[in-house]
Amino acid sequence: MISQPILELQNVNKSFGHVQANKDISLKVNRGDIHGIIGENGAGKSTLMSIVYGFYQADSGNIKINDKIIEIKSPHESILSGIGMVHQHFMLVENFTVVENIILGFEGEFVFGEKLNQAKESLMKLCEDYNLKIDLNATISDLSVGFRQRVEILKALYRGAEILILDEPTGVLTPQEVDELFKILRSLKEQEKTIILITHKLNEIMILTDKVTVMRQGEIVGEKNTKDTTKDQLAEMMVGRSVLLRIDKRKPNIGDTVFEVKNIDVKDNLDVMRVKNVSFDLREGEILGIAGVTGNGQTELLEALTGIRQVDSGEIKLYGNIISSKNIFFDPRQLREQDVAHVPEDRQRMGLVTEFNASENLIFGYHHQQPFSKSSVMMGKNIYNHSKKIMRDYDVRPQSPFLVTSNFSGGNQQKIILSRELHKDPKVLLVGQPTRGVDIGAIEFIHQRIIDMRDKGVAVLLVSVELDEILSLADRIVVMFDGKLVGEKVNENVTDREIGLLMAGITN
Amino acid sequence: MEISADIISLVSATLRISTPLVFAAMAGLFAERSGVIDFGLEGKMLAAAFVAASGAHIFGSEWYGLGLAIVCCVALSMLHGFASVTHKGDQVVSCVAINILMIGLTTALAAAWFGQQGLTPTLTDDRRFFEITLPFADAVSGVPLLGPIYSEIISGHYIFVYIAYIFVPCVYWVVFKTRFGLRLRAVGENPSAVDTAGISVELMRYKALAVNGVLVAFAGAYLSTAINANFFREMSAGRGYLALAALIFGKWHPKTALIACLLFGFADALQIRLQGVPIPGIGLIPVQFIQAIPYVLTVVLLAGFVGKAIAPGAIGQPYIKER
Amino acid sequence: MVKAVDKTKVPWWVSNAVVPLVNLTLAFIVSGLFIFISGENPYQALKLILYGSFGYLEGIGYTLYYATNFIFTGLAFAIAFHCRLFNIGGEGQAYIGGLGVFLFAFYFSALPVSIVWLLAILASMLFGAAWAIIPGYLQAYRGSHVVITTIMFNFIASALMVFLLVDVIRDRRQMGPTTEALVKEQWLPMFKNIAAYFGYKVGYSPLNISFLLAVLASFGVWFLIWRTKWGYEMRAVGHNTQAAIYAGISPKKNIILAMVISGALAGMLGVNEILGVHHKILVNFPAGYGFTGIAVALMGRNHPIGIFLASLLFGMLYQGGSEVTFDMPNITRYMFVAVQGVIILFSGALENLFRPQIEYFFVNTMKQKAVT
Repeated sequence: MISQPILELQNVNKSFGHVQANKDISLKVNRGDIHGIIGENGAGKSTLMSIVYGFYQADSGNIKINDKIIEIKSPHESILSGIGMVHQHFMLVENFTVVENIILGFEGEFVFGEKLNQAKESLMKLCEDYNLKIDLNATISDLSVGFRQRVEILKALYRGAEILILDEPTGVLTPQEVDELFKILRSLKEQEKTIILITHKLNEIMILTDKVTVMRQGEIVGEKNTKDTTKDQLAEMMVGRSVLLRIDKRKPNIGDTVFEVKNIDVKDNLDVMRVKNVSFDLREGEILGIAGVTGNGQTELLEALTGIRQVDSGEIKLYGNIISSKNIFFDPRQLREQDVAHVPEDRQRMGLVTEFNASENLIFGYHHQQPFSKSSVMMGKNIYNHSKKIMRDYDVRPQSPFLVTSNFSGGNQQKIILSRELHKDPKVLLVGQPTRGVDIGAIEFIHQRIIDMRDKGVAVLLVSVELDEILSLADRIVVMFDGKLVGEKVNENVTDREIGLLMAGITN
Repeated sequence: MEISADIISLVSATLRISTPLVFAAMAGLFAERSGVIDFGLEGKMLAAAFVAASGAHIFGSEWYGLGLAIVCCVALSMLHGFASVTHKGDQVVSCVAINILMIGLTTALAAAWFGQQGLTPTLTDDRRFFEITLPFADAVSGVPLLGPIYSEIISGHYIFVYIAYIFVPCVYWVVFKTRFGLRLRAVGENPSAVDTAGISVELMRYKALAVNGVLVAFAGAYLSTAINANFFREMSAGRGYLALAALIFGKWHPKTALIACLLFGFADALQIRLQGVPIPGIGLIPVQFIQAIPYVLTVVLLAGFVGKAIAPGAIGQPYIKER
Repeated sequence: MVKAVDKTKVPWWVSNAVVPLVNLTLAFIVSGLFIFISGENPYQALKLILYGSFGYLEGIGYTLYYATNFIFTGLAFAIAFHCRLFNIGGEGQAYIGGLGVFLFAFYFSALPVSIVWLLAILASMLFGAAWAIIPGYLQAYRGSHVVITTIMFNFIASALMVFLLVDVIRDRRQMGPTTEALVKEQWLPMFKNIAAYFGYKVGYSPLNISFLLAVLASFGVWFLIWRTKWGYEMRAVGHNTQAAIYAGISPKKNIILAMVISGALAGMLGVNEILGVHHKILVNFPAGYGFTGIAVALMGRNHPIGIFLASLLFGMLYQGGSEVTFDMPNITRYMFVAVQGVIILFSGALENLFRPQIEYFFVNTMKQKAVT
């Protein structure tokens, strides 16, 4: 049986400013298929699907649904044409209930009453049909990430989606939640829904999809039936060359303990306890990897170690001296002076002042030290020379110290941060999500630098939600779940399955 | 039981003085709940006062004045929207511009058109609002306790006063019980959620600003065609800012904002009563200190209690689609 | 819709000169409209402004005198703005700063004049800073929005000063609420006198050597913002608070520091007004200069050079404006307050109105030139 294309794209182009995000894309998606779209960060997958959803408008090209060209000017038209999308960042109003979020835009009446009750009834039926267990009256902020995702799926179904687009749906889930999600998606497929799965994870493509489209640098570079292809083949298409999957590294040469963390509790800005009774040591010459799903306290832990956040109880010792406890608190500047370098998780929110030029960012945090400033006066010439040199060493492109930082690409911004934090030969390196949103070339470069530091005897703490990254870099792995450390493994013969169970909080 | 005349007149004055604050705070609530900062209440109030007074004078009816004030304030709100929603300019700067523009323009035009050094002509009795005596007010005034409350506190206000206090539950109803309110709150918390639901973020914010303009016009018209019979220079005297402070202090909720407005109104009423009256144990407090009470109170309230007020999530940020 | 251009290809003078000039032109067109609906001829008004501000020496003196005030208040707004703080309280800070000038000059009159001047200048900064530090502290530690608190502090300053002028430091021989005058030796040298010293005869204008102080302050602010650690840190806090914390820069300290410097600069207006011109405190002597500083700073893109140029322009508007109000009965000085509002609107809130079109135009014509 030849299935009919439910969605067809013809020669779609889209550019943002001078960057072309999608080049001449033509694509067919068959009814009832799970269709994967795979590619690296920045390959244009999300942009393409956002165009289908009407969030962006294409510069040229056609979108056909059931063989009819439709004009999508906003999500409104696409929703009416039966397209639903679960975005990577959930589009939910935190202080609204589940029902309020779902009916938003489809309330059906000006004053709430009759229709609201009807909506609740049909939602309950939908939940039953697709086996989605959701409390409709719960407030979003009280729900876990997995449940929020279900709310998004339910929202799309309620609005009559026949085609459901999911953008990197597993990034925030534990392996077990991923299994749950896949079950839901399969049951949707059974009910004749069409699913488009955007991902950069090869496993998901292999397990779930019927067909797969590979994108690279805004273009489609291949289309396969999943059963006719292999991971290696897809990986090569994604990157455009064969990929080095495992990094060569020597055995660690472990030295003295640098950081001693004892029973610390850390609260976030809203006074919620995010790190609970965590203890560990970090030693010279090793990379300690902290794995875990986003939002399990890694951010707050890293912030506590780097002096951004004071611990609520317990203590952190650096070289044997307390740097954070209920009463003692060293700020990031004091820690930098003790050779602690920090590459933060969120480079745009924390690591850089994107409005500053590159040279200003290259001294950020070290700006008060010689030779960058003397008796509080900034030494322009020294800063410029330093920037020139460091941008050459780290191959930051373009090599213009006076260019405003927001004009650099993600990978080059990350190189600016990394070069800054490494330039003074630190003794401790604390790194969060070093390769998030970075292209493959820069990933290899960054990983190599981190290994080099460890081989030089630097104590490295690596926080990452990318399990592959942890497995390929770390010497020791601990997993963080719900604010607690749940298991420590030496990185020899550890499987991602084992770590995955720990990430879900299953410790037996 | 006898209620002292002092308390009755103080309560009555509080209601009267709070009225423009209530209008302005409810106006601000719509703007800010939609994610648009509104420091421009002051300027809009002034504009409304000027337009209402001159409109009433020229067209011969206080109602024309009020209508024109509404048109004018909605236009100014649209200007604010054009700058800060459509062109994504800085919202505070846009508000400051409107305030300074209106301080200047109202007085300049008053001088140019009426030649009276920045005043509008005093409205004749057929062109301004008067206090309304409610039915039976005289008849029941002899009844103990309830009599004076009805006849002297509830009765005998300008129509604006009644409208203002009727508006508050209406605002509550609109914001929390209707489709418009749901979308309004959503667009101020997470505009992307609204956008992906197929609703235009910009249009929603413009609608909120339109309501904002209508409400704040009442505040201005009240000043120049009811409690006063003309417009004079800077007659809003910071009420727009006080209303905004009340809104923040009331955590962007109609009920609590109303209470905050009444508190400010009470401070002002008290201030008027205390002028020239010696305080036991302290003596005569200089009148300037007493006049400063509402302003000092604002600072104290903002400093003491609002440290952790949670503003609408997207307030002050123009909506730009992420890429 | 115009396509966005590659920002790195836009020449610096397009965003720093062409766009502001276009915005200013728009503001003047709208202002002309206001003058027209007031029943006067905008073209005549423009001619009067130009003649009044630059047509004769005394006029130039007045223009520069006003510009002196605007430089102080414009710098004050700008430095706070670099830390993303809206200090709307320049008016009150200037008022209190003037009090400091007067008190020090008056009560230390026994000291040598040059020391009194120095003390008075310091006092203006100290008093202005003191009036700004409270809103700064409340913003930093209590999260009370500085826009509201500084406005409230303007009202409170006004009440306080009236109280002082009526009950405490009033010259009892006078009817109105004003202080005694400072002794003549303490008055700052006037432009007129300096010119006379060099043999030129110039009529009276309030221009005095405070103007040089303002120029010096401009340089100081430039140096502070772009050449010192403190400026670097304040800008970092202004752009990205979280990143500042990450870099070990305290947002709280910098918020307070920015407000203190801002208040000090606003307070220096008192030097020009009290020590230079009035020689006593008059009720409400800041007369809106504090608010005008906002327009000046926004027009000058918060850069001292821009602020200097914008101050000259506003000086022209004020001085030329008084010529207009003299000749045109329908125009009062409030018209020029409205003009400020229009300028804030076009060079602040609506600064991006035609920016995409302008940038597109320049980038494209350059590209074509490069091709041919």
